[in-house]
Amino acid sequence: MTLQAAAREAEESITLEVTRYEPDGDTEPHTQSYEVPLRKDWTVLDGLNYVKNSLDPSLSYRWSCRMGVCGSCGMNVGGRPSLSCGTFLSDFAPGPVRVEPLSNFPVIRDLVVDITDFLEKLPTVKPWIIRDDGDVDVHAGEFLQTPAELDAYSQFSSCINCMLCYSACPVYGLDPDFTGPAAIALAERYNLDSRDQGARERLDVLIEREGLWGCTFVGECTRVCPKHVDPASAIQRYKLKAAQESVRAVLLPRGA
Amino acid sequence: MSVQTSGRSRPHSYRRPVSVWWWLRKPTYLLFVLRELSSIFIAWLVAFLVIMVFSVGRGADSYGGFMDWAGQAWVVVINVVAFAFAALHTVTWFLLTPKAMALRVRGRAVPARAAVIGEYVVLAIVTVFVLWLVLR
Repeated sequence: MTLQAAAREAEESITLEVTRYEPDGDTEPHTQSYEVPLRKDWTVLDGLNYVKNSLDPSLSYRWSCRMGVCGSCGMNVGGRPSLSCGTFLSDFAPGPVRVEPLSNFPVIRDLVVDITDFLEKLPTVKPWIIRDDGDVDVHAGEFLQTPAELDAYSQFSSCINCMLCYSACPVYGLDPDFTGPAAIALAERYNLDSRDQGARERLDVLIEREGLWGCTFVGECTRVCPKHVDPASAIQRYKLKAAQESVRAVLLPRGA
Repeated sequence: MSVQTSGRSRPHSYRRPVSVWWWLRKPTYLLFVLRELSSIFIAWLVAFLVIMVFSVGRGADSYGGFMDWAGQAWVVVINVVAFAFAALHTVTWFLLTPKAMALRVRGRAVPARAAVIGEYVVLAIVTVFVLWLVLR
C-alpha cells in the first residue's frame, strides 16, 4: 500500500444520497449513494465533483463559480434549498447527506432542473429602468443618486437568480402560474430606484391574482435566500403600495 | 427498457407531485398554516364578544343566560384553544410587521426590533386600559 493510499484509507468519509433521473430510461427518480471524503473545507459541491471525477462520470448537476456568486448550483441539501457551493459537508457529519434537485421545477436529469418558467416570467415584470421622459441623452451625464437613494433598493438588487426561493415557496409549488418571489423582488428593486419611473407599468402586471396577491406570506423565500434579498418583505411592501394605489383609484377616479 | 423518443423531441422531464401534506414537511410551513388557521379563532372571539355585548345591552337576565351558556365545558375548551391561537396570531403578525412596512422616522429607517417592541408597548397600554375599564 502506498503512503497516499494509506492516507486515503484513514480519512473519514460521508455518504451522499444523490437523486438520479435519466430522462430516456427512468419514469421517476431514484436515489444513489456515494462515499466521498469528509474534509473540513469541502462543500457539497466539492463532494459532487469528487463523485463526478472519481466515482461516476454520468452524474449531472450545474455549477460554475463555486463561490456563491453565479447562482447555478442550487439544490435541496438535507431537504433545504441551498447553494451546494456554500453548504459544508462537515455540517452534516456523520451523514448521510441527502442531495436532491430543487423542488417545484421539472427535473431534466439528475440534479438539473428546468427553469424556463422563471426565465419567461422575469421579463414580464420589466426588471430594468423605465423612463417616461422619452429618449434620454446618454451624453447629458449620469443620473446621480444619494447614498440614501441607493440604500432604498440595494438589498433587493443582490438577487443571483439561483431559484432557491422558488424551490422553498409552497405557493409556487401548488400554483406554477404564480409570478414568484425573485421576479417580484426584482420588480420592487426597480420601483424603489430613484432613476426609475416604471412602477405603474409593473403594477399593471403584478396586480393580477397570480402576481402579488398569489403570495400568502409564508416567508420561506427569505429564509433560504443566500444573498439576504428578503423577497417576502419586498412582496408585502409591494402589496401595501398596490392596496394604497387601489384606494386612491377609487377615491380619486381621474388619475390624480 | 428504454422509453421511445422521437428524433427531435426534447427528453421528457420529471415533475414531482406536491403532496397534500406539504405543510408537515417543515416546522416553518406548519407554523405558517397554524398562523393562517388562527384567523378562524379570531373570528370566533369577535363573534363571542359581539354576542356578549348584545346580551349585556338586553339586560341582566339576558347577560345571566349568556354567562350560563359561556360556562359550559365545551365553550370553555373552545375559548382556551381560541386564546392560544390568538396569542400565536399576535406574536407571529407582530414579528412580521416590520417586513411589510418599511417605517422611516426623520429620514432614518426604524430598526425591525424597535417596531416590534413598539407594537408590544401599544398592546400593553391597551390591555391596561381595558383592565382598568373592567375592574374599576
